[in-house]
Amino acid sequence: MLPRVDRREIAAIFAGGALGTLARAALAEAFPHPATAWPWPTFGVNIAAAFMLGYFITRLTERLPLSSYRRPLLGTGLCGGLSTFSTMQVEILKMIDAGAWGLAAGYTAASVAAGYAAIHLATAMVRRVRVRR
Amino acid sequence: MSIVLWTAVVLIGGAGSVLRFLVDGAVGGAASRDFPLGTMAVNLSGAVVLGLLAGLVLGHNAALLAGTAAVGSYTTFSTWMLETQRLTEERQHRKAVVNVVASLVAGVAAAALGQQIGQLIGLHL
Repeated sequence: MLPRVDRREIAAIFAGGALGTLARAALAEAFPHPATAWPWPTFGVNIAAAFMLGYFITRLTERLPLSSYRRPLLGTGLCGGLSTFSTMQVEILKMIDAGAWGLAAGYTAASVAAGYAAIHLATAMVRRVRVRR
Repeated sequence: MSIVLWTAVVLIGGAGSVLRFLVDGAVGGAASRDFPLGTMAVNLSGAVVLGLLAGLVLGHNAALLAGTAAVGSYTTFSTWMLETQRLTEERQHRKAVVNVVASLVAGVAAAALGQQIGQLIGLHL
């Protein structure tokens, strides 16, 4: 039950995802950390991507005229590729395996709280600007 | 730090993002109007695979390509948070909490399961 595939939409997701992944991988390589240290690279890209996605999606759906390729390029591609859920889960698992329960709980709570706040803030920022007619 | 390695990171990252879009569409479909199941399916399946890769203890380049680039781009934190925030905006607070808690609990469990499988495979290689 695959959706009808729009080649240009797929190309936009590919391009955005490639760029987001490159940025995330470069940060992860530049700032390696032991399993029991705060994972700043993952935390940083996730919160940044959440803020960007909140901004892009709110602007694209509520402020800008309908465009077919901005959302796949910037939202699904760039922000999706920049952020990661799986790496965060494996980092939490390794903290738990190392007995660092406090760090695991703190990292989990901070990621969710900051990610949610980033979306909320970006959304409110876009909505504060009145629609131009 | 070769050009070839980073070109592969870029291409795999693009492909992982496209795969996420296709799986999200196939799983979510009509049901995603009520609950963001597509994103959850993507994130949990990605957590199993990344856990498996962690259990295999790959070399640096293999971990970068298969883990950071492929599975990392396939899963998403930003969409998970956006969908949660939009649920609370629609006053669907219970669903928002379920989306966060279920993803986290099942996500760590999925990663642990994957890691066990990876370690078992590693023993037999």
